[in-house]
Amino acid sequence: MSRVLISARGLKIRFGGVIAADGIDLDVLEGENLAIIGPNGAGKTTFLNMATGYLRPQAGTVSFLGRDITALPPRTITRLGIARAFQIPQLFLDQTVLENMLIASSAQTGSMSAFRHLLDLPQRNEVEDLLDLVGVRAFANRKAFELPEGQRKLVDIALALALKPTVLLMDEPTSGVASGEKLGLMDILTSALARQKVSSVFVEHDMDMVERYAHRVAVWSSGKIQVVGPPAEILNNTEVREHVIGI
Amino acid sequence: MDSTIVILAICDGVSYAALVFLVSVGLSLIFGVLRIVNVAHGSLYAYGAYMAATLSLLIAPVSPWLTFPALLVASVLVGAIVGGFMERFLLRPVYHLEEVLQLLITFAVFMIMDNLQRMIWGVQPIFAAEPVKLLPNISVLGVNYTSYQVLLLPLVAVITLFGLRYFLRYTLAGSIIMAVTEDREAATAIGIDAKRVFLITFIIGACLAALGGALASPTTSLVPGMGTDMIVLSFAVAATAGLGQIEGAAITALMIGLARAFIIYIQPELEVLVPYLIMMLVLLIRPMGLFGVNRVRKI
Amino acid sequence: MSTRLVSRLIIAAATALAAILPLILPSWATLTTLILAKGIVVLGIIILLQAGQVSFGHAMFFGVGAYTIAFWGRYVGAGDLLLFLVLGPMLAMVFGLLIGLFVVRYREIFFGMLNLAFSMVMWSLLEKLYAFTNGADGIRVARPTLAGISFTPEVFQYVLLYLTLGLVLVVSYGVQRYLDSPLGHMLRAIKSNETRLEYLGVSAKRILLIGYVISAFLGGLGGVLVAVAQQIATPEFAYWTKSGEFVFIAILGGTANAAGAFAGAAVFETVRFFASAQLANAWQLILGVVLIVIIMFAPNGLIGLRNRGKAQAEVRP
Repeated sequence: MSRVLISARGLKIRFGGVIAADGIDLDVLEGENLAIIGPNGAGKTTFLNMATGYLRPQAGTVSFLGRDITALPPRTITRLGIARAFQIPQLFLDQTVLENMLIASSAQTGSMSAFRHLLDLPQRNEVEDLLDLVGVRAFANRKAFELPEGQRKLVDIALALALKPTVLLMDEPTSGVASGEKLGLMDILTSALARQKVSSVFVEHDMDMVERYAHRVAVWSSGKIQVVGPPAEILNNTEVREHVIGI
Repeated sequence: MDSTIVILAICDGVSYAALVFLVSVGLSLIFGVLRIVNVAHGSLYAYGAYMAATLSLLIAPVSPWLTFPALLVASVLVGAIVGGFMERFLLRPVYHLEEVLQLLITFAVFMIMDNLQRMIWGVQPIFAAEPVKLLPNISVLGVNYTSYQVLLLPLVAVITLFGLRYFLRYTLAGSIIMAVTEDREAATAIGIDAKRVFLITFIIGACLAALGGALASPTTSLVPGMGTDMIVLSFAVAATAGLGQIEGAAITALMIGLARAFIIYIQPELEVLVPYLIMMLVLLIRPMGLFGVNRVRKI
Repeated sequence: MSTRLVSRLIIAAATALAAILPLILPSWATLTTLILAKGIVVLGIIILLQAGQVSFGHAMFFGVGAYTIAFWGRYVGAGDLLLFLVLGPMLAMVFGLLIGLFVVRYREIFFGMLNLAFSMVMWSLLEKLYAFTNGADGIRVARPTLAGISFTPEVFQYVLLYLTLGLVLVVSYGVQRYLDSPLGHMLRAIKSNETRLEYLGVSAKRILLIGYVISAFLGGLGGVLVAVAQQIATPEFAYWTKSGEFVFIAILGGTANAAGAFAGAAVFETVRFFASAQLANAWQLILGVVLIVIIMFAPNGLIGLRNRGKAQAEVRP
């Protein structure tokens, strides 16, 4: 029986007339890659926002390894071990890719010096390896704003990995990546995650990715979780196929 | 504190608030529409005052009553010419730059105007009290006060307040201005000429500041520092109310005007402190100002 | 020649000029000291600009530095420059911490306005509490000793100049190291993507506070030096126009690195000095026009003109 890492219970939130979460219950288990699927506007990103402290739910709780994190801010939750990669890559655009990574690494170790040159930090090699992993090593010395969207996405994921998290939350990790490269990326990513014992939750629209890489799938619809189960079961479920995937 | 002092303080406060309101509301309007803090706003006030005094002194020998329209003419001249020039040739070219640079342009204009003011009108105090002298003194609950200060000034302020409100809410031009304020991109997308709106708004704001100065000129001696002090004071009022708030500016001006007037009678050294202390306390608790709208955090 | 080498040569040349020219033209000694001292304050403004924040109240720390030593002279007695150089900046740093705890919760215009408010409160107290502060006339600052040694006015102006020059080199080096360090990069991250910074587990408020306290220290240091150089501390040191001046100089010189602060201060003070004397007090006019020209045609400042090839276009996501 795997340990429960993140546990959401009864999460509710509404924005004016829109109910973005209507009683969300979900567990994220250690060692799994959990896919979150559902139509746009179903509340998937809202869930990630609540789980990472960016939004305060109006009801319900989120806990991490048994500890209540509902009211904590993103920076505290990140320090506890939950890292996030965003749907639209969030980078420090006017700094180089390498600098972005070293900032993340420096934050992770907690040794934020006022005197040592950023590029002389000991973790530079480690960080360059991460860039290698996601395939953007060649861009290390380019300013982030120079990178095309797909590469920015990869850097965003690498940034989250640099934090050495326990759980990695990814919002559409392969969107923006050329379809020929999606498989390659997910292969590398999932094996790296497995190696480093990082569990993951990823929002995904590409069902092939879901089928191949998810251990379990949670189906979102109109602020509720319709069903949770292994990919084979979920993707063959007629209700899911009709209402959610739209086949 | 006896009742005479209280009434005096109220009269002081109200007349002072009327002037400060005129300047602050112009500043607020300019910020609301153009999103620029016009550091030169107090200079427009000063120029309005000096120009009004100059015209007044010229016209008084001819016919004293003409000094009143002279005040108005002075404000419009200063507001339209200086304000129009400033927006069209100094601000419009830099709208694509960072806001701090736009602000610094207005700071540079302040420096230039301040210097020119000394060159044109000198550093000796100027008195042009004709308009005040023409209007009778009145008795406010037993206390003698000039009707210019306690009736005319508040009257002009109130007319301005309601006039602006009517203009912005019920006229086409006003609605266009409000549209640009609320969503510049959307307004441009439906064909509104934002550049024209900016120019007109800036001129209106500048005229109001100059009007404040023109109306102030008969009540005080004009000295070089008057613009510099008014810049930061009007900003304090506008910021405390919430930048862009029109009605709020009136209430805040009144509040600060009265507070200041009362403090002068209680503890005079603290007079200058009051507006800034209020600004500091309000901004700490409500950074968007007393009447400002909370910015919605975008997800 | 690489640009790095050219930069270093220029800095060396400028330092040499600052050191030697006043020996030839004694009237330049105090002027050069003022330029350097103001440049130190502007370094503080540049630090905050890295985080995308402009303080329109920085003159308050300048004022704290100046009045610390003025009060010392008035209430304690004779002072030593070394003591002043520790006391003033330290006190400014304390103020910076106390005020900073409040202001780092705000951004952009709110940050600017709140700083302005604090500085105007300080100014009004300095201006009006005549009993303590002597009001608008200010408090005279007597020439201090240096490590116990007393100097004649003619020699002291050079002592002060070279001490200031030394401080400038130390402080610039320190600030450059800070800006290149992880903390410095995180400061810049506040400007480009504060949300991401928080999502790295970093408290943006804490990072900004560190920058703020350092810039307050620099403001106080500059204040001490100017008060000693001009032998007076007046409330105007804390007035909003002084804060505006510092921001002006920062933009004029260029905010990318430390050199801009001194280049800007040099132009500003030199124009003021000569225009006051020769051109019937038209220095404000001239400087105003210069600033407008720079902003319109060279928004990266004087240093930016040199680095034109390296100017970065910022793309927003």
